Amino acid sequence: MHIIDRRLNPGGKNLPNRQRFLRRARRIVREAVRHASASRSIRDIDEAGVVVIPGGGVDEPTFHLGGEGFHHPVFPGNKEFVAGDRLPRPQGGAGGGGSQAGQGKSEDSYEIALSAEEFLEFFLEDLELPDLERRRVMNVETEGLRRAGYASTGSPSNLALGRTMRNSLSRRIALRRPRPSDVQEVEQAIELAQAEGADDIELAELRSQRDQLLRRSKAIAWIDPIDLRYRRFEPQPKPMAQAVMFCLMDVSASMTEHMKDLAKRFYMLLYVFLKKRYKKVEIVFIRHTDEAKEVDEQTFFHGTESGGTKVSTVLHEMLRVVDDRYPAELWNIYAAQASDGDNDPRDNLEVTGLLAGEVLEKCQYYAYLEVNEPGHGSTASSLWRAYENLGLPNLAQRSVTHREDIYPIFRELFSRSETIRGRAV
Amino acid sequence: MSALLYKGAEWSYDTIQRIHDAVSEIALGELGLDIYPNQIEVIAAEQMLDAYASTGMPIFYHHWSFGKHYTQHEMMYQKGLMGLAYEIVINSSPCISYIMEGNSATMQTLVIAHAAFGHNHFFKNNQTFRDFTDASSILDYLKFAKSYIASCEERYGEGAVERLIDAAHALQAHGVHRSGKRRTIELRDEEARQKERRIHEAQIYNELWSTVPTSPGKEGVRDQQRNALNERLGLPEENVLFFLERNAPKLASWQREILRIVRLVGQYLYPQRMTKVMNEGTATYVHYRIMHRLHEKGMIDDGAFFEFLTSHTNVVAQPGFDHPAFSGFNPYALGFSMMQDIERICLRPTAEDRIWAPDIAGCGDAMGALRDIWANFRDDSFIAQYLSPRLIRDLRLFAIEDDPERSTLLVKSIHDERGYRDIRRNLAKRYDVSYTDAIIEVASVDLLGDRRLILEHRVVDGRLLATGESRKVLQYVADLWGYEVELKEIDVMKGQMLANHHARPSKETSAA
Repeated sequence: MHIIDRRLNPGGKNLPNRQRFLRRARRIVREAVRHASASRSIRDIDEAGVVVIPGGGVDEPTFHLGGEGFHHPVFPGNKEFVAGDRLPRPQGGAGGGGSQAGQGKSEDSYEIALSAEEFLEFFLEDLELPDLERRRVMNVETEGLRRAGYASTGSPSNLALGRTMRNSLSRRIALRRPRPSDVQEVEQAIELAQAEGADDIELAELRSQRDQLLRRSKAIAWIDPIDLRYRRFEPQPKPMAQAVMFCLMDVSASMTEHMKDLAKRFYMLLYVFLKKRYKKVEIVFIRHTDEAKEVDEQTFFHGTESGGTKVSTVLHEMLRVVDDRYPAELWNIYAAQASDGDNDPRDNLEVTGLLAGEVLEKCQYYAYLEVNEPGHGSTASSLWRAYENLGLPNLAQRSVTHREDIYPIFRELFSRSETIRGRAV
Repeated sequence: MSALLYKGAEWSYDTIQRIHDAVSEIALGELGLDIYPNQIEVIAAEQMLDAYASTGMPIFYHHWSFGKHYTQHEMMYQKGLMGLAYEIVINSSPCISYIMEGNSATMQTLVIAHAAFGHNHFFKNNQTFRDFTDASSILDYLKFAKSYIASCEERYGEGAVERLIDAAHALQAHGVHRSGKRRTIELRDEEARQKERRIHEAQIYNELWSTVPTSPGKEGVRDQQRNALNERLGLPEENVLFFLERNAPKLASWQREILRIVRLVGQYLYPQRMTKVMNEGTATYVHYRIMHRLHEKGMIDDGAFFEFLTSHTNVVAQPGFDHPAFSGFNPYALGFSMMQDIERICLRPTAEDRIWAPDIAGCGDAMGALRDIWANFRDDSFIAQYLSPRLIRDLRLFAIEDDPERSTLLVKSIHDERGYRDIRRNLAKRYDVSYTDAIIEVASVDLLGDRRLILEHRVVDGRLLATGESRKVLQYVADLWGYEVELKEIDVMKGQMLANHHARPSKETSAA
């Protein structure tokens, strides 16, 4: 008999199978993830979680008997029946063929626990930007240098002293290079011998010993070229580590809950999108009526305000916050504005002026989302037309009416090169 | 003398060794079991989950469906909906038993008695296993299968291999020669044979043959030719996978090889389904006897014995049909009570037993009789032969007649003199795979016409195939065959066609 301890065997034997399964169920899982993400708050979007997927797409069909036909099942635990009794058919399909149904497949849906990475991966899969586009739109990469071990060649300024000395020391020990103290000892012995008037033979021996030591320490260099080590660097694309995302929203009375919900979903997507690419992502919520104010998430989505609508205020406020806390040299700035498109017509000129000037200069990307109430015809609003006329490359505008539109629109916004398009939703 | 094997719940490898030796002495010496050499492997929970996913085998090829099962089990386990088994045992030589690291010493004793001796004896001696499986080389074969499939994935793409295995898995249950002459295969030589087959194919290939024109014949001649061809193909053939592997015109040789792998693995697993009750009954009976003996001999203390009894009682619980926990017969419960009942019939028969089981009643050698039964029966024949009236009364079995034409169910028979035979027959039927499984065979092929493949489902008691899934499977068959496929559902008694399905190979066939 053998006993084998397998506990230390590498785990994850099923990883390839699991990956295959996820790939297989890709489309379905993606939809489930999309669904699950709707109920999360913006900042929680990139966490691990359980999604439920329907069984249909990943079943393993076999030829098996359906429940119909004649059955003679046998059961244990008779209490009161006698032969010839008639029983009502139990609810739920195959009646007495209950045990038969038990063998069948009753799995309607599966729950899958996805890790944070997997969740996001699926979330972003659709977004797949072509590399070039991504770089242009996102501009996330700056070159940087990264330490990459040691090399035996390099520029003197990169000499790794510690490492070099360590090599030198071990070489000296290995080759038994005499230490200065060894030489000194012999010198002292010679002096002592001379003082005591020792005979010539003894002296000669000591001298030859000293010479030998000196010869040896000359022959074996203190630092040899083979000891030299240099710090090695590798160029590495380094993401600019931080981004700030401005959520700008009109909260005047004409914005309904539905519209705000649409906006929230859009912000969520943007957050995840940025989170995936930057180490640190901050969110600034600025809401406005005819004056703008920076607020927290809760107030942003749920507080109400009354007043007119002046979009220029929010741009001013944003610029103020940028100058205050997020200098454009250090931060990637993204802004997403949601509005129903109403604006004081007198204000439009100032808005376009601001946008075309300072705002878009500082932003990586500015997305304008016009949210509509279902059932309303979407005639172009004054704000929409004003933006459209600007025709700037990093300004994108879209109009959205239903939740399910959000995702495709987001995708479109971030996947095309030309960013100004018609109102074709 | 204090001969306790262990104290408390802790165990070490020495303990396991001592337990194994003590159990071995009883199992081989007193019960006369005959086993493959044992190999006991200690595993952790995660590895148990791994093993679950790939039908318990330590090595298995990769396929998404195993990942799916793994994901489900993992989820249920993490939520606490499912406990893990205490052991998994593999029908191989040496017989590998996986035992969980979290088991107490008593549980390890139980598990070793149950799996390493009970199941092991059954695997080695039962006729069904001897017919269908080759325990000594299964692990080598699986290793070959895994690397072969991995190399196919590399050469032909994961997608193509996956589609093929999907199709093969769907037909796995129809990849066994159920009856007739068994074509047992030495799995050990499979790898060499695979190479030989390919070399032979390459040697005899001659492009000229494919250009030889076939002469058109008259209708009568065609029928004759068709019959002759069908005969040459060995039709009708119930081993659908085998037939496709041999004859599907468009498959490449690696595809045939993978079909063969899936088929052989299916054949290896097939006996487990036919002997579920007996296999578990045997193992449970064996561990029950051994644990009792260990206690009698003073090798385990009272505390350990109670722990064993608690666990054992849970395992053999059989809730009644109206109990919320009822989910069909518990094979452990049914098997164990039948084994115990047989022991009783051998040692203390009643007059009734002498009529119902004259061959063993009062024979006095319970172990001898049981060993004989374990070797020569499978679930359906075992129940048909040895389910005694006494046990029917104990379990209070009753049979229902479910006629789809009637609005109510009829209690056909209960545990009385008139009902015994009916109950026994019907219960046996529920374990007869040729009754519970759909019997599908390749009926004919129109090789002279449009190469349409005709499958037949032999319908018993009007039980048709579940349509939705069958359509998908038929699609797989069509993709493998490469031409149109028809599935006829024909009533066995009346010879009447009840349903008919068609499938054409999809554009993107696996035989591209």
